[in-house]
Amino acid sequence: MSEVLNKTELNQWHVDHGGRMVPFAGWEMPVQYPTGPLQEHKVTRESAGLFDIDHMGQIEVRGPQAEAFVNWLVTYDVSKMKLLDAHYALFCYADGGVVDDLFVYRLPDPQVEGQDYFFLAVNASNRDKDVAWVKSHAAGFDVQVKDISDETYMLAFQGPRAPEIMDRLTNVDLTRVARFTAAQDTIFNGVPVLLGRTGYTGEDGFELFLPAEHVLKVWEGILKEGENENIVPVGLAARDSLRFEPCMPLYGHELSPDISPVEARLTFAVSFDKAFIGRDALLKQKLEKPDKVLVGFELTDRGVAREGYPILLEGEQIGFVTSGMFSPTTSRYLGMALVPREHASIGTEIEVQIRKKTTRAKIIKRPFYVPAYRR
Amino acid sequence: MKIDQDARYSDEHEWVRAEGDLFVYGISDFAQDQLSDIVYLEPPEVGDVFEKGDAIGVVESVKAAADLYLPIGGEIVEVNEALVDAPEVMNSDPYGEAWIVKFKASDAGEFEGLMSAGDYQKYAEEAHE
Repeated sequence: MSEVLNKTELNQWHVDHGGRMVPFAGWEMPVQYPTGPLQEHKVTRESAGLFDIDHMGQIEVRGPQAEAFVNWLVTYDVSKMKLLDAHYALFCYADGGVVDDLFVYRLPDPQVEGQDYFFLAVNASNRDKDVAWVKSHAAGFDVQVKDISDETYMLAFQGPRAPEIMDRLTNVDLTRVARFTAAQDTIFNGVPVLLGRTGYTGEDGFELFLPAEHVLKVWEGILKEGENENIVPVGLAARDSLRFEPCMPLYGHELSPDISPVEARLTFAVSFDKAFIGRDALLKQKLEKPDKVLVGFELTDRGVAREGYPILLEGEQIGFVTSGMFSPTTSRYLGMALVPREHASIGTEIEVQIRKKTTRAKIIKRPFYVPAYRR
Repeated sequence: MKIDQDARYSDEHEWVRAEGDLFVYGISDFAQDQLSDIVYLEPPEVGDVFEKGDAIGVVESVKAAADLYLPIGGEIVEVNEALVDAPEVMNSDPYGEAWIVKFKASDAGEFEGLMSAGDYQKYAEEAHE
């Protein structure tokens, strides 16, 4: 059985530049380029890296009741968002389990003077599910929901040098574009772009949304502009290790229909003082304290704690690993796990079952790497 | 792809070289390239005895774990402890510094049953497609 994989516009570029192509969420994407994921990770932390993330989905919500509708769907109170703000949020089921996590943008509507609309950037693996979820709740609201994933190309440009490199390419003064806000501009002779000063690496930088037909020019143009800063294209492997170190959750690992935002310690993205799907269940969980919570741990002995490995306390299984790997920036073997709240305090000695061996570990403070916007 | 002409090879992309009356064992250049950046090695212990084809340890890269199979039965007499502290050497020098174990074969005749360097080159090139 072979699955027919979607290919991004940059697929041939990746192949031509030694990208090792793998199936991911129904797409054929580069897991790494020839220099390898550790180098891609390091360059992103020290200079900047460019990511093809076109497999991610984008949904527009327009109409007189767009704000009320989005507010009913997502955990964060979008009525607090000003024009060109970007905020992390989640879609939840009524029981508090997670449908997906996303970034919400409030943007000026180019079609109607003085109007604004909402733009939602969602995970590749959940795109169809998310579009169906949003549409299924639209009845009774005066809104139009549109999946614009196909015509919208998404890139991420991340790293401490990314803002200055990007600033050389834009008309807008990017030093005035604060973290978690966005700018609309044109680059490379008229390519319209939405630049969100967000990302998922723990570094400063941008997520770019542009018309798919112009992506090659933009991709190659950014790489060329950053030549002196030695920037590199980055594959999925380093994208995962970069999001892992600042403990940013990944759907299917730290978030799922069985793991709520309260358990995953994401209440910064949950506005309990407004109505939304899942609010009652989440509020109850918050007040009564969740039975299980997400923790970070470090292996005391060497080893790689992969997703799904059992977490033991005095020989008894108490939880499981959600993500684990060798952390390139800290040179430590780290992981995240879901464990009972009573065993979640920092310093607790646990064990991870790695194949036939139990390996000693200790619960440590999260994040493992402090993201740029908190420094 | 580099091939050590003095070594013989298993179909799991491991190499074995004769060294006096012992054999030295490691993973091939093809194997390290497929695994990508290696971050962990779990070797066997000195004195462990294995049958031909037994899993003797594990190597882990950024993305995946892979078992190490000993293509000749025998007893482990030396483990490269320095490699445990610097597993990335498997990426940079798979046939040299990155030997994994030395072992005494139960039946040294099995060595001749492994692929020659020339045969392995063809085998690895086909595996690459």
